[in-house]
Amino acid sequence: MIYLQLFWEFFKTGLFAIGGGMATIPFLYDLSDKTHWFSHNDLANMIAVGESTPGPIGVNMATYVGYVTGMEQGGILTAILGAVVATLGLITPSVIVIMIVAAILKSFRNNRFVNHAFYGLRPASTGLIAAAGISVIASNLLNLDSLKQGQFLQGFNWKGIALAMVLWVLTNVFKKTKKLHPIIFIGFAAVIGIIFQMG
Amino acid sequence: MKIFLEMFLTFAKVGVMTFGGGYAMLPILQREVVDNKGWATEEELMDYFAIGQCTPGVIAVNTATFIGQKCKGFWGAIFSTLGVVFPSLVIISLLAGVIEAFSHIVWVQHAFGGIRVCVCVLILNAVVKLLKKAVVDIPTAIIFIGVAVCSVCFDLSPVIYVLIAAAAGIVIQVIGGKKK
Repeated sequence: MIYLQLFWEFFKTGLFAIGGGMATIPFLYDLSDKTHWFSHNDLANMIAVGESTPGPIGVNMATYVGYVTGMEQGGILTAILGAVVATLGLITPSVIVIMIVAAILKSFRNNRFVNHAFYGLRPASTGLIAAAGISVIASNLLNLDSLKQGQFLQGFNWKGIALAMVLWVLTNVFKKTKKLHPIIFIGFAAVIGIIFQMG
Repeated sequence: MKIFLEMFLTFAKVGVMTFGGGYAMLPILQREVVDNKGWATEEELMDYFAIGQCTPGVIAVNTATFIGQKCKGFWGAIFSTLGVVFPSLVIISLLAGVIEAFSHIVWVQHAFGGIRVCVCVLILNAVVKLLKKAVVDIPTAIIFIGVAVCSVCFDLSPVIYVLIAAAAGIVIQVIGGKKK
Protein backbone atom coordinates (compact mmCIF):
# COMPACT_ATOMS: atom_id res chain seq x y z
CA MET A 1 0.00 0.00 0.00
CA ILE A 2 2.04 2.90 -1.31
CA TYR A 3 -0.01 5.65 0.39
CA LEU A 4 0.53 4.13 3.81
CA GLN A 5 4.25 3.96 3.12
CA LEU A 6 4.18 7.55 1.89
CA PHE A 7 2.40 8.67 5.06
CA TRP A 8 4.84 6.74 7.27
CA GLU A 9 7.94 8.09 5.48
CA PHE A 10 6.75 11.69 5.85
CA PHE A 11 5.67 11.06 9.42
CA LYS A 12 9.27 10.10 10.16
CA THR A 13 10.52 13.15 8.28
CA GLY A 14 8.23 15.42 10.30
CA LEU A 15 9.32 13.82 13.54
CA PHE A 16 13.07 13.83 12.97
CA ALA A 17 13.71 16.84 10.72
CA ILE A 18 14.91 19.45 13.21
CA GLY A 19 15.44 23.10 12.33
CA GLY A 20 13.18 24.12 9.48
CA GLY A 21 12.38 23.22 5.89
CA MET A 22 15.89 22.51 4.60
CA ALA A 23 16.21 19.84 7.31
CA THR A 24 13.64 17.70 5.44
CA ILE A 25 15.98 17.38 2.43
CA PRO A 26 18.35 14.67 3.78
CA PHE A 27 15.28 12.54 4.52
CA LEU A 28 14.03 12.95 0.97
CA TYR A 29 17.40 11.89 -0.48
CA ASP A 30 17.26 8.85 1.78
CA LEU A 31 13.72 8.14 0.52
CA SER A 32 14.86 8.47 -3.11
CA ASP A 33 17.69 5.95 -2.54
CA LYS A 34 15.38 3.55 -0.77
CA THR A 35 12.31 3.58 -3.01
CA HIS A 36 13.38 5.04 -6.39
CA TRP A 37 10.03 6.83 -6.54
CA PHE A 38 11.94 9.85 -7.86
CA SER A 39 15.56 10.57 -8.82
CA HIS A 40 18.13 12.87 -7.22
CA ASN A 41 17.74 15.22 -10.18
CA ASP A 42 13.96 15.32 -9.67
CA LEU A 43 14.61 16.22 -6.06
CA ALA A 44 16.94 19.11 -6.92
CA ASN A 45 14.28 20.44 -9.30
CA MET A 46 11.67 20.13 -6.55
CA ILE A 47 13.86 22.09 -4.12
CA ALA A 48 13.95 24.94 -6.65
CA VAL A 49 10.17 24.82 -7.12
CA GLY A 50 9.63 24.58 -3.35
CA GLU A 51 11.82 27.64 -2.78
CA SER A 52 10.13 29.73 -5.44
CA THR A 53 6.47 29.05 -4.66
CA PRO A 54 4.39 30.34 -1.75
CA GLY A 55 4.30 28.20 1.37
CA PRO A 56 6.88 26.83 3.80
CA ILE A 57 9.53 24.91 1.86
CA GLY A 58 9.25 21.73 3.94
CA VAL A 59 5.52 21.52 3.22
CA ASN A 60 6.05 22.28 -0.46
CA MET A 61 8.59 19.46 -0.70
CA ALA A 62 6.23 16.96 0.94
CA THR A 63 3.38 17.97 -1.35
CA TYR A 64 5.56 17.76 -4.44
CA VAL A 65 7.13 14.38 -3.61
CA GLY A 66 3.69 13.01 -2.73
CA TYR A 67 2.25 14.32 -5.99
CA VAL A 68 5.01 12.81 -8.15
CA THR A 69 4.85 9.48 -6.30
CA GLY A 70 1.06 9.37 -6.62
CA MET A 71 1.31 10.21 -10.32
CA GLU A 72 3.22 6.96 -10.85
CA GLN A 73 0.15 5.11 -9.57
CA GLY A 74 -2.11 6.21 -12.36
CA GLY A 75 -3.16 9.78 -12.93
CA ILE A 76 -4.07 13.15 -11.58
CA LEU A 77 -6.39 11.82 -8.85
CA THR A 78 -3.83 9.44 -7.39
CA ALA A 79 -1.28 12.27 -7.65
CA ILE A 80 -3.46 14.59 -5.56
CA LEU A 81 -4.13 11.78 -3.09
CA GLY A 82 -0.36 11.26 -2.82
CA ALA A 83 0.19 14.98 -2.22
CA VAL A 84 -2.46 15.09 0.53
CA VAL A 85 -1.22 11.91 2.22
CA ALA A 86 2.45 13.04 2.23
CA THR A 87 1.54 16.48 3.58
CA LEU A 88 -0.66 15.03 6.33
CA GLY A 89 2.15 12.63 7.20
CA LEU A 90 4.56 15.53 7.57
CA ILE A 91 2.31 17.61 9.84
CA THR A 92 0.92 14.84 12.07
CA PRO A 93 4.01 14.60 14.32
CA SER A 94 4.04 18.40 14.62
CA VAL A 95 0.47 18.39 15.87
CA ILE A 96 1.13 15.59 18.35
CA VAL A 97 4.41 17.06 19.66
CA ILE A 98 3.03 20.59 19.92
CA MET A 99 -0.04 19.35 21.84
CA ILE A 100 2.26 17.73 24.38
CA VAL A 101 4.62 20.71 24.54
CA ALA A 102 1.74 23.19 24.87
CA ALA A 103 0.62 21.33 27.99
CA ILE A 104 4.06 21.62 29.60
CA LEU A 105 5.25 24.83 27.92
CA LYS A 106 7.27 26.44 30.68
CA SER A 107 9.02 23.32 31.87
CA PHE A 108 9.84 22.34 28.26
CA ARG A 109 11.68 25.52 27.38
CA ASN A 110 13.63 25.58 30.60
CA ASN A 111 14.26 21.86 30.75
CA ARG A 112 17.95 21.09 31.03
CA PHE A 113 17.75 17.86 29.05
CA VAL A 114 15.81 19.40 26.19
CA ASN A 115 18.47 22.09 25.86
CA HIS A 116 21.24 19.49 26.11
CA ALA A 117 19.64 17.38 23.39
CA PHE A 118 19.39 20.41 21.09
CA TYR A 119 23.03 21.19 21.70
CA GLY A 120 23.77 17.91 19.87
CA LEU A 121 20.84 18.04 17.45
CA ARG A 122 21.64 21.38 15.81
CA PRO A 123 25.10 20.46 14.47
CA ALA A 124 23.85 16.99 13.46
CA SER A 125 20.95 18.43 11.49
CA THR A 126 23.33 20.91 9.82
CA GLY A 127 25.71 18.02 9.02
CA LEU A 128 22.89 16.10 7.34
CA ILE A 129 21.95 19.10 5.20
CA ALA A 130 25.62 19.58 4.28
CA ALA A 131 25.82 15.94 3.17
CA ALA A 132 22.71 16.39 1.03
CA GLY A 133 24.33 19.52 -0.43
CA ILE A 134 27.47 17.54 -1.28
CA SER A 135 25.38 14.98 -3.11
CA VAL A 136 23.57 17.72 -5.10
CA ILE A 137 26.93 19.26 -5.97
CA ALA A 138 28.39 15.88 -6.97
CA SER A 139 25.55 15.14 -9.34
CA ASN A 140 25.39 18.60 -10.91
CA LEU A 141 28.89 20.10 -10.88
CA LEU A 142 31.01 16.96 -11.16
CA ASN A 143 31.07 14.05 -13.55
CA LEU A 144 32.14 11.22 -11.27
CA ASP A 145 32.51 8.61 -14.04
CA SER A 146 35.03 10.74 -15.95
CA LEU A 147 36.89 11.61 -12.76
CA LYS A 148 37.26 7.92 -11.92
CA GLN A 149 38.81 7.34 -15.34
CA GLY A 150 41.27 10.16 -14.66
CA GLN A 151 39.79 12.49 -17.27
CA PHE A 152 40.23 15.74 -15.39
CA LEU A 153 38.77 18.15 -17.95
CA GLN A 154 35.59 16.14 -18.52
CA GLY A 155 35.29 15.49 -14.80
CA PHE A 156 33.90 18.92 -14.04
CA ASN A 157 30.82 20.72 -15.29
CA TRP A 158 32.73 23.95 -15.97
CA LYS A 159 29.70 25.98 -17.08
CA GLY A 160 27.90 24.94 -13.90
CA ILE A 161 30.89 25.76 -11.70
CA ALA A 162 31.21 29.22 -13.27
CA LEU A 163 27.49 29.88 -12.69
CA ALA A 164 27.75 28.60 -9.12
CA MET A 165 30.62 30.99 -8.42
CA VAL A 166 28.69 33.95 -9.84
CA LEU A 167 25.64 33.00 -7.75
CA TRP A 168 27.76 32.57 -4.63
CA VAL A 169 29.23 36.06 -5.07
CA LEU A 170 25.76 37.53 -5.70
CA THR A 171 24.28 35.87 -2.59
CA ASN A 172 27.21 36.50 -0.25
CA VAL A 173 29.36 39.44 -1.31
CA PHE A 174 27.36 42.27 -2.84
CA LYS A 175 25.17 44.12 -0.36
CA LYS A 176 22.65 45.07 -3.04
CA THR A 177 22.00 41.52 -4.24
CA LYS A 178 22.54 39.65 -0.95
CA LYS A 179 19.08 40.36 0.43
CA LEU A 180 17.16 39.46 -2.73
CA HIS A 181 14.71 36.59 -2.57
CA PRO A 182 16.01 33.17 -3.75
CA ILE A 183 13.37 33.13 -6.50
CA ILE A 184 15.33 35.85 -8.31
CA PHE A 185 18.52 33.78 -8.34
CA ILE A 186 16.58 30.69 -9.44
CA GLY A 187 15.07 32.68 -12.34
CA PHE A 188 18.50 34.06 -13.25
CA ALA A 189 20.00 30.54 -13.19
CA ALA A 190 17.19 29.26 -15.42
CA VAL A 191 17.89 31.95 -18.05
CA ILE A 192 21.66 31.24 -17.94
CA GLY A 193 20.90 27.52 -18.18
CA ILE A 194 18.89 28.06 -21.36
CA ILE A 195 21.47 30.39 -22.96
CA PHE A 196 24.44 28.11 -22.25
CA GLN A 197 22.50 24.84 -22.75
CA MET A 198 23.17 23.37 -19.33
CA GLY A 199 22.04 20.12 -17.79
CA MET B 1 -17.56 26.99 13.92
CA LYS B 2 -17.03 30.49 12.57
CA ILE B 3 -13.85 31.00 14.58
CA PHE B 4 -12.36 27.79 13.19
CA LEU B 5 -13.08 28.86 9.63
CA GLU B 6 -11.49 32.21 10.44
CA MET B 7 -8.40 30.45 11.79
CA PHE B 8 -8.18 28.26 8.70
CA LEU B 9 -8.42 31.28 6.38
CA THR B 10 -5.99 33.42 8.39
CA PHE B 11 -3.36 30.70 8.38
CA ALA B 12 -3.98 29.95 4.71
CA LYS B 13 -3.15 33.62 4.13
CA VAL B 14 0.01 33.25 6.23
CA GLY B 15 0.89 30.14 4.20
CA VAL B 16 0.51 31.96 0.88
CA MET B 17 2.68 34.83 2.03
CA THR B 18 5.41 32.64 3.53
CA PHE B 19 7.85 32.32 0.66
CA GLY B 20 10.63 29.85 1.41
CA GLY B 21 11.65 29.21 4.99
CA GLY B 22 9.93 29.62 8.32
CA TYR B 23 11.69 32.87 9.21
CA ALA B 24 9.90 34.62 6.37
CA MET B 25 6.60 34.08 8.15
CA LEU B 26 7.36 35.98 11.35
CA PRO B 27 6.52 39.50 10.14
CA ILE B 28 3.35 38.17 8.48
CA LEU B 29 2.30 36.40 11.68
CA GLN B 30 2.88 39.59 13.62
CA ARG B 31 0.54 41.49 11.35
CA GLU B 32 -2.19 38.85 11.02
CA VAL B 33 -2.24 37.16 14.44
CA VAL B 34 -1.15 40.00 16.74
CA ASP B 35 -2.31 43.20 15.03
CA ASN B 36 -5.36 42.11 13.03
CA LYS B 37 -6.87 39.27 15.07
CA GLY B 38 -5.42 39.82 18.54
CA TRP B 39 -5.11 36.06 19.09
CA ALA B 40 -1.74 36.45 20.81
CA THR B 41 0.47 39.22 22.16
CA GLU B 42 3.83 40.08 20.63
CA GLU B 43 5.66 38.30 23.48
CA GLU B 44 3.51 35.18 23.21
CA LEU B 45 4.14 35.05 19.48
CA MET B 46 7.92 35.19 20.01
CA ASP B 47 7.59 32.36 22.54
CA TYR B 48 5.53 30.23 20.15
CA PHE B 49 7.97 30.90 17.33
CA ALA B 50 10.90 29.87 19.53
CA ILE B 51 9.09 26.65 20.46
CA GLY B 52 8.33 26.07 16.77
CA GLN B 53 12.04 26.23 16.05
CA CYS B 54 13.08 23.80 18.75
CA THR B 55 10.45 21.14 18.19
CA PRO B 56 10.66 18.60 15.36
CA GLY B 57 9.10 19.44 12.01
CA VAL B 58 8.57 22.46 9.79
CA ILE B 59 8.80 25.71 11.79
CA ALA B 60 5.81 27.31 10.07
CA VAL B 61 3.60 24.30 10.79
CA ASN B 62 4.71 24.07 14.42
CA THR B 63 4.05 27.75 15.01
CA ALA B 64 0.60 27.58 13.41
CA THR B 65 -0.32 24.50 15.46
CA PHE B 66 0.86 26.17 18.64
CA ILE B 67 -1.09 29.38 18.11
CA GLY B 68 -4.23 27.39 17.22
CA GLN B 69 -3.84 25.21 20.31
CA LYS B 70 -3.27 28.17 22.66
CA CYS B 71 -6.25 30.11 21.32
CA LYS B 72 -8.92 27.49 20.71
CA GLY B 73 -7.57 24.13 21.91
CA PHE B 74 -7.42 20.94 19.87
CA TRP B 75 -9.68 21.98 16.98
CA GLY B 76 -8.01 25.36 16.79
CA ALA B 77 -4.69 23.56 16.31
CA ILE B 78 -6.12 21.30 13.61
CA PHE B 79 -7.73 24.12 11.61
CA SER B 80 -4.69 26.43 11.82
CA THR B 81 -2.38 23.63 10.73
CA LEU B 82 -4.57 22.60 7.81
CA GLY B 83 -4.83 26.28 6.87
CA VAL B 84 -1.09 26.83 6.72
CA VAL B 85 -0.50 23.82 4.43
CA PHE B 86 -3.56 24.31 2.21
CA PRO B 87 -2.00 26.83 -0.24
CA SER B 88 1.04 24.55 -0.74
CA LEU B 89 -1.24 21.65 -1.63
CA VAL B 90 -3.15 23.65 -4.22
CA ILE B 91 -0.24 25.55 -5.76
CA ILE B 92 2.24 22.65 -5.93
CA SER B 93 -0.36 20.26 -7.33
CA LEU B 94 -1.20 22.71 -10.10
CA LEU B 95 2.44 23.49 -10.81
CA ALA B 96 3.66 19.88 -10.70
CA GLY B 97 1.19 18.98 -13.43
CA VAL B 98 2.36 21.87 -15.61
CA ILE B 99 6.06 21.09 -15.08
CA GLU B 100 5.47 17.42 -15.86
CA ALA B 101 3.73 18.35 -19.10
CA PHE B 102 6.61 20.56 -20.27
CA SER B 103 9.52 18.56 -18.89
CA HIS B 104 10.39 16.88 -22.22
CA ILE B 105 11.07 20.21 -23.98
CA VAL B 106 14.81 20.72 -24.47
CA TRP B 107 15.05 24.31 -23.27
CA VAL B 108 13.03 23.50 -20.15
CA GLN B 109 15.64 20.83 -19.39
CA HIS B 110 18.41 23.41 -19.90
CA ALA B 111 16.61 25.80 -17.58
CA PHE B 112 16.44 23.16 -14.87
CA GLY B 113 20.12 22.38 -15.50
CA GLY B 114 20.88 25.97 -14.51
CA ILE B 115 18.36 25.92 -11.67
CA ARG B 116 19.96 22.86 -10.08
CA VAL B 117 23.28 24.75 -9.97
CA CYS B 118 21.45 27.51 -8.09
CA VAL B 119 20.06 24.91 -5.66
CA CYS B 120 23.67 23.86 -4.88
CA VAL B 121 24.46 27.44 -3.88
CA LEU B 122 21.20 27.87 -1.92
CA ILE B 123 21.88 24.72 0.13
CA LEU B 124 25.47 25.82 0.73
CA ASN B 125 24.26 29.21 1.96
CA ALA B 126 21.69 27.56 4.24
CA VAL B 127 24.39 25.35 5.74
CA VAL B 128 26.71 28.31 6.39
CA LYS B 129 23.88 30.22 8.08
CA LEU B 130 22.90 27.24 10.26
CA LEU B 131 26.56 26.53 11.14
CA LYS B 132 26.88 29.85 12.92
CA LYS B 133 24.15 28.86 15.37
CA ALA B 134 24.87 25.15 15.58
CA VAL B 135 28.65 24.92 15.88
CA VAL B 136 29.56 26.79 19.05
CA ASP B 137 32.52 24.76 20.40
CA ILE B 138 34.74 21.77 19.62
CA PRO B 139 32.22 18.99 20.48
CA THR B 140 29.56 20.54 18.21
CA ALA B 141 32.15 20.90 15.43
CA ILE B 142 33.01 17.22 15.80
CA ILE B 143 29.32 16.26 15.67
CA PHE B 144 28.81 18.37 12.53
CA ILE B 145 31.81 16.93 10.67
CA GLY B 146 31.17 13.39 11.90
CA VAL B 147 27.53 13.39 10.78
CA ALA B 148 28.30 15.04 7.43
CA VAL B 149 31.13 12.58 6.61
CA CYS B 150 29.24 9.48 7.81
CA SER B 151 26.12 10.53 5.95
CA VAL B 152 28.08 10.90 2.68
CA CYS B 153 29.95 7.59 3.15
CA PHE B 154 27.30 5.28 4.60
CA ASP B 155 23.77 4.50 3.54
CA LEU B 156 22.03 4.97 6.89
CA SER B 157 18.71 6.61 7.67
CA PRO B 158 19.04 10.23 8.94
CA VAL B 159 16.85 9.16 11.87
CA ILE B 160 19.80 7.26 13.35
CA TYR B 161 22.07 10.32 13.31
CA VAL B 162 19.37 12.48 14.90
CA LEU B 163 18.84 10.00 17.74
CA ILE B 164 22.58 9.53 18.37
CA ALA B 165 23.20 13.30 18.27
CA ALA B 166 20.44 14.02 20.81
CA ALA B 167 21.90 11.39 23.16
CA ALA B 168 25.43 12.70 22.57
CA GLY B 169 24.28 16.27 23.33
CA ILE B 170 22.85 15.19 26.69
CA VAL B 171 25.89 13.06 27.62
CA ILE B 172 28.44 15.74 26.66
CA GLN B 173 26.59 18.47 28.52
CA VAL B 174 26.00 16.41 31.65
CA ILE B 175 29.66 15.30 31.86
CA GLY B 176 30.92 18.79 30.97
CA GLY B 177 28.59 20.31 33.56
CA LYS B 178 29.96 18.09 36.31
CA LYS B 179 33.53 19.17 35.67
CA LYS B 180 32.62 22.78 36.19
